[in-house]
Amino acid sequence: MVTKTARPIWKHPRFVPGIMYGLLVLIALLLVFFADWDKIQSNFLKPEIFRDMFPEVLTIAAKNTLIYTAVAFAAGFVLALVLALMKLSPIGPYRWFATSYIELFRGLPALVTIILVAFGLPIAFGWRIPFGTAGKAAVGLGLVAAAYMAETIRAGIQAVPRGQMEAARSLGMSAPTAMAYIVLPQAFRIIIPPLTNELVLLIKDTSLLFVVGTTPASKELTKFGRDFMTTTINATPLTVIALVYLMITLPMTSLVRQLEKRAAKGR
Amino acid sequence: MGTPAIEIRDLHKYFGDLEVLRGIDFEVDTGEVVCIIGPSGSGKSTLLRCVNRLEEATSGHVLIEGEDITDPASDVDALRAKIGMVFQQFNLFPHLDVRKNLTISQRKVLGRSQDEAAEVAARMLERVGLTDKIDEYPARLSGGQQQRVAIARALCMNPDMMMFDEVTSALDPELVGEVLQVMRDLADEGMTMLVVTHEMGFARNVADRVVFMDEGIIMEDGPPGEILANPKEERTREFLRMVLEEGF
Ligand SMILES: Nc1ncnc2c1ncn2[C@@H]1O[C@H](COP(=O)(O)OP(=O)(O)OP(=O)(O)O)[C@@H](O)[C@H]1O
Ligand SMILES: [Mg+2]
Repeated sequence: MVTKTARPIWKHPRFVPGIMYGLLVLIALLLVFFADWDKIQSNFLKPEIFRDMFPEVLTIAAKNTLIYTAVAFAAGFVLALVLALMKLSPIGPYRWFATSYIELFRGLPALVTIILVAFGLPIAFGWRIPFGTAGKAAVGLGLVAAAYMAETIRAGIQAVPRGQMEAARSLGMSAPTAMAYIVLPQAFRIIIPPLTNELVLLIKDTSLLFVVGTTPASKELTKFGRDFMTTTINATPLTVIALVYLMITLPMTSLVRQLEKRAAKGR
Repeated sequence: MGTPAIEIRDLHKYFGDLEVLRGIDFEVDTGEVVCIIGPSGSGKSTLLRCVNRLEEATSGHVLIEGEDITDPASDVDALRAKIGMVFQQFNLFPHLDVRKNLTISQRKVLGRSQDEAAEVAARMLERVGLTDKIDEYPARLSGGQQQRVAIARALCMNPDMMMFDEVTSALDPELVGEVLQVMRDLADEGMTMLVVTHEMGFARNVADRVVFMDEGIIMEDGPPGEILANPKEERTREFLRMVLEEGF
């Protein structure tokens, strides 16, 4: 018979996780115990304000958030693709331009870029961006998103083995044809998860458009919520828009996780 | 014999300070099968890659059927389409099935219709004995099958000549034979072939000429019987002894 040597409790494999769970429960209990539930209720969860916000929070604010995200992503993606190809170009000035662009727009706060685009461009060039807030989203946020996505796309292109380009070229394909039909489709597969991540970040960044989308029809979620807070002098709108943001972003982040899992399995 | 299929004149290639090709001169005639042998790092791959300009030669000329591919004004893409190339790592397009692998360059380069391209693809796939794999993706094929698809893909462009760079080196030993058989069939049908290989049996039985390369120059060039059985150069003898011992 095997004699079991006594093991001190802190060497037990479940010891550390057990302590962690214990701490978690303790913190939760403390929060519940010390929280002022009446105050929370009246400040964050007022049913009549909840009711007042619908349906506009969805039909206008959430819709605008999605539209601004979509146009900014589309514009940013196209520009990012051009920048990525420039960055990989054998022609020096193209590379320098792309590098400076990326450094510049990653170095600036997105809010500053949006303000410059919305208010600086008309002053400097007498040119007003058309299509209202959506146009400003496409240009302002698109310029910023492009800087981040360009690096992602470049990394994706470089992750495609060199032999792919060489095989395509040796079959007589021109460099652009080989890039378009052989390299890019493989690169995009690689970068779908990180690109979806950029999309989630962009959804949240549309809240910065509060400086330009101020009319009742052009407000996105954050601006809509803030204005509602001002008029009601209550924080319930914050709870509502937080829930709406999560309704949009949570499915996307879980999609990213699935895509990453699939990418790890395939190839 | 008219204009040679490939004519290489005083070809030099530097990688930085390293001179990898140090003045290569030779020709491959139409219908000829030439095997290049030589130790690792002697510049065999670099030579093939300079022939279809995947690598830019530092100086010298490569004439494809009389046209200088090293001339910046030449139509590289059109010349490359005449030279089928098969790589050690297969380099099939993993995002496309076998049919698409075989048709895409026919469509984009030769401008063939979908039907015509598919018909050519089916014919070439039959030639390498893989008709039933037309709907598979490359990842689901064995190494030997992938390499045969790669050969079929090159043949789909109706090349005037084929280059092979150690195409059996990445294969499990039991899969080498099927690929060599396809190459032997091609040679029998009169294809012009430039083959870098460590398969001495293939060189002996199939090649019209064997070229021994060492340190960026051609040390010996002649019929297989002469080069493999009776080499003049001490370096060639040494190399062959090493190859036999290591049992390539
Ligand atoms: N892109 C490159 N940059 C720098 N050096 C290179 C490059 N490609 C090849 N070389 C060098 O050139 C030399 C010749 O290489 P090459 O691949 O042509 O030899 P090889 O005869 O094909 O050898 P192997 O039998 O191992 O394939 C080697 O020393 C190699 O390190
Ligand atoms: Mg090599």
